[in-house]
Amino acid sequence: MTPTRKRRLIVISFVLAAVAVAAGLTALALQQNMTYLYSPSEVEAGHAPAGARFRLGGVVLEKSVVRSHDSLDVDFVVTDRFKDMPVKFTGILPDLFREGQSIVATGEMQEGRFVATEVLAKHDETYMPKEVADAIAKAKDTQAAK
Amino acid sequence: MNALTLWFHRIGSPPTFHRIAGVLVPWCYAIGFVLGAIALYGGLVLAPADYQQGEAYRIIFVHVPCAWMGLFAYFFMAANAFIALVWRIKLSEVLAMASAPIGAAFTFITLVTGSLWGKPMWGTWWSWDARMTSELVLLFLYLGVIGLYHAIEDHRQAARAAGFLALVGIVNIPIVHFSVNWWNTLHQGQTVRLLGPSKIDSDMLWPLLLMALATHVWFFGSVLARTRIGLLELDGGKDWVRAIALAEGTRAPGATHG
Repeated sequence: MTPTRKRRLIVISFVLAAVAVAAGLTALALQQNMTYLYSPSEVEAGHAPAGARFRLGGVVLEKSVVRSHDSLDVDFVVTDRFKDMPVKFTGILPDLFREGQSIVATGEMQEGRFVATEVLAKHDETYMPKEVADAIAKAKDTQAAK
Repeated sequence: MNALTLWFHRIGSPPTFHRIAGVLVPWCYAIGFVLGAIALYGGLVLAPADYQQGEAYRIIFVHVPCAWMGLFAYFFMAANAFIALVWRIKLSEVLAMASAPIGAAFTFITLVTGSLWGKPMWGTWWSWDARMTSELVLLFLYLGVIGLYHAIEDHRQAARAAGFLALVGIVNIPIVHFSVNWWNTLHQGQTVRLLGPSKIDSDMLWPLLLMALATHVWFFGSVLARTRIGLLELDGGKDWVRAIALAEGTRAPGATHG
């Protein structure tokens, strides 16, 4: 390798290393500010911004969804399996919204209750046919029955 | 000079590369098209519906391969930019700049299909979570590289400046990839894993992987085709381009009229 190329290689490697370190530090610093959502436990612990809008994430607690008969009001409980948080929402829910589903709700705390203005459904990274999902659920049930 | 370096120099010389690429391009397009058609049939017709998302999940067969290509094309561009910056190899400059618009197109398709998928499933077209934001930054990086390249008159200086931007921007690639692990996101985690079992049924996995192979082959066809044009433009006044132009019965760029 000629001296010129060697010099270029060193300079560019240094620049790349510096940029990588800078990006790494930025990502680390943003770790706190880049919180997309808070879990009910984090809200309980007071990590969520008080009096401001934030996103609440968790699983819709089984048998907690109560729909109003004459309006689009829905009440349900979001849980992270440690703490629960009652949520109130008025509007149309996404198709994937169901009990046991992960959701992300945007809104703010009002009198100990999370009043959401938007509810998004999360889905996991697993893809399988319905028959397989049913078979797994069945196997789990028989396992639990034993 | 050993045999490998000699071979490398020969392949890297514009006339040889132009000739070899000319042979490869139709093959890449043909293989990419056939594999893509089989993969689409497998994904849209043969694969079973998802237990949770029903038929709507089938957009994965376009979305995920395009997302992988957006990242791969960037890596390819940055690697060539690195070679171009250190060794000043003309071919690498052209290869790097040829892959930028293709990568940008794949990234754009990823964002659009992701948005179309997000509306029915999540309930929103867009959300500023880490995965989506970093993917958008990726698109802007591509556009920045393309813009910078076209802003500078001299092709070789332009390729060097844009290549430097491409190289610095590579820090975004791990951020896009690991964003779903590092931060809480609306976007789900990684489905297909190199290490450990993938979280997708094998009937759905094979069309996905075949589609990824098809897009890779197509990408190389497209890069080679664009590189051939780039080399002709760059070497416009040289003898080998004149020879090609004469053989095709037209005038080489830069040749006098009349």
